[in-house]
Amino acid sequence: MGILASLFDGVLVGAVYGLAAMGITLIWGVMNVINLTHGTMIVAGMFAVYLLAGAAGVPVYATLPLILIGGFLAGVAMYWIAVHRLVGQPPLMSLLSTFSVNLVLIGLGTVVWGTDLFNVPVSLPGLSLGHYTFPGTHLMAAGLTVAIAAALYVFLNRARIGKAVRAVSGNREAAELVGIPTRRVLALSFGLGVALACVSGMLIATMFPFTVLSGDPYLLKSFVVTVLGGLGNPVGALVAGIALGLLEGLATPFMPVSWTPVIEFVLFVAVLIAFPGGVLGVLGLRGTRPH
Amino acid sequence: MKRTLLVAVLTTVLAAPAFAQDAITIGMTVSRTGALNVDSVSQLRGAELWRDEVNAKGGIEAGGKHYKVRFVEYDDESQGGRVQQLYTRLILEDKSQFLLGPYSSGLQATAAVISEQYGTIMMDGGGAEAKIFELGNKYLFQVLTVADQYLSGAIAELKQHNPHAKVAFVYSDDPFSKAVVAAARKQAEDAGFTTVLDESYPPSTTDFTAVINKIISSGADSFLGGGHYPDGATLARQLYDQKAGLKWVTILVAPDSDKFATLGASASGISVPSQWEPQVQYKPTFGPTVAQFTAQYRARFSEEPDYHAATGYAEGLLLQHAIEQAGSLDREKVAAELNKIDTTTFFGRTKFATEPARHGLQLAHDMVLAQWQTKDGKLAKEMVWPDAAATAKVVYPLH
Repeated sequence: MGILASLFDGVLVGAVYGLAAMGITLIWGVMNVINLTHGTMIVAGMFAVYLLAGAAGVPVYATLPLILIGGFLAGVAMYWIAVHRLVGQPPLMSLLSTFSVNLVLIGLGTVVWGTDLFNVPVSLPGLSLGHYTFPGTHLMAAGLTVAIAAALYVFLNRARIGKAVRAVSGNREAAELVGIPTRRVLALSFGLGVALACVSGMLIATMFPFTVLSGDPYLLKSFVVTVLGGLGNPVGALVAGIALGLLEGLATPFMPVSWTPVIEFVLFVAVLIAFPGGVLGVLGLRGTRPH
Repeated sequence: MKRTLLVAVLTTVLAAPAFAQDAITIGMTVSRTGALNVDSVSQLRGAELWRDEVNAKGGIEAGGKHYKVRFVEYDDESQGGRVQQLYTRLILEDKSQFLLGPYSSGLQATAAVISEQYGTIMMDGGGAEAKIFELGNKYLFQVLTVADQYLSGAIAELKQHNPHAKVAFVYSDDPFSKAVVAAARKQAEDAGFTTVLDESYPPSTTDFTAVINKIISSGADSFLGGGHYPDGATLARQLYDQKAGLKWVTILVAPDSDKFATLGASASGISVPSQWEPQVQYKPTFGPTVAQFTAQYRARFSEEPDYHAATGYAEGLLLQHAIEQAGSLDREKVAAELNKIDTTTFFGRTKFATEPARHGLQLAHDMVLAQWQTKDGKLAKEMVWPDAAATAKVVYPLH
């Protein structure tokens, strides 16, 4: 029973890893920009729910659409300010640029909030099976994640503008030749990526207390998930996130938790060597890049 | 313009020695940012309260002169590497005559290497680990109770309610927490408890879901462990969310902070070993009474002082006492006075080991056990052990 509980928890938490990674994989896949502000955007979502729910009294889950829209607008703004000129440059340029912006943002956050721990209290009944309880917040986060991933999948594969995103991702010049406004599509993708990061931060904040520095572990996990799921593949990210959560759930009953990061990053390196295109890419899951 | 600047620079340079003559410079690093900031900033606040009170009374008197206390302080970002650089700077560039140690055993161990290298007296109010004192230090003095005794109160209290407790030790993989649990394992065994889980976690852990499932699977009825603020508070919240069904939970350090109450229902019932609580009743031979310190701290910072704040004040107070007794700022004379101290302040009793094998180790200070309790819908931290000093009856079992 213990291991089943651990596996089920792994799925719940893994879904949120997947959501956290969707933003980074979308941006990376569409414009070949590795967005290192991703962890901080996750933290921005955490503080947004803390402030909206705590100070402004908005019900916790009603903040989701507000954070989604706010994150999108912030992402579009960030694209025009810091990222636009880097598209098409070597990835090292965007890495350095977003790294610097990230340090500025963390610095600002630290000045305003320090590195104190913040808690968003949510009372949501959990699901009890035997001695084990799965908190309501974890169930809700996993459910919302699946819904968001499905919506994103439909958007990228059915909506006209979503198809444009995939076209730009596949071949920017060809997309331009057929009249797709690529700059606007890139700005939209960046905004969408940031919005996803913010929403995942919001959901994480309902589950665990957080600080200004809480984004880093999720940024690292997002890299593992991206490598597993393949670049620019939101559904792949969700599946890979759940796989990562399952792996954690499977490993922890048998070994000390300190080993978890070791296993994760060994897997990361192994996948990079064996399947540079992502394990799930090999299995044929569709991403933003047409096959 | 250039001339004005030159005059300004010259004036500053000429004025500097005069300033240095009637001030004592005390250097320290504080974890204003990073994982240790909650406890470290409390400690600084306690020390600042001491400094300002001393200065308001004209400063420290030594050899017929009055010296104002001046702090030089940097943010160590909760990182050992910064501590090493900054204490060197505090000694060489800022000319600190005395030092207050950084917060937590890991950083204290790093800082002590520097202070001993330059032979500067350092008051240790943040490092409880005993190992630091086994290195033959001459100028390091530990103000707080050593880590080995952190969980003895919790174990004694738990034994009264559950002589056959099944304990889960889950603790941060840092020097302090490991030292605490190393001693507690033996104490739990002597008390007749069974250890059903013994596991450390990385200090940066933000999600304890898997660990808590392990606790439930182990059949533990009591929890002893934790580390520092962020992990301890997260553990408390998740133990509550996952209904771990424990009858007893003692978490190190984190629940001592007033901020722990922001966890709401998750905080209720959690106990914490504490170096000091506002409810203690010591009769000081010098310095403020417990009530005076508590009232002054509350008036200045609009919050209840926790034990880190009290330790910060006590560090300054004990150093002041030694300087005044020595009648001099001379390092050897002040160290000799610290070696002689066997006294009680608002913080409790203090006596430092003087034998070379463990010089500076705290021998006399006692700890208490506090527990967050809900009364009339409000959370309050009560002292529950030792029985003679208890302000409320312990809540057991929690569920």
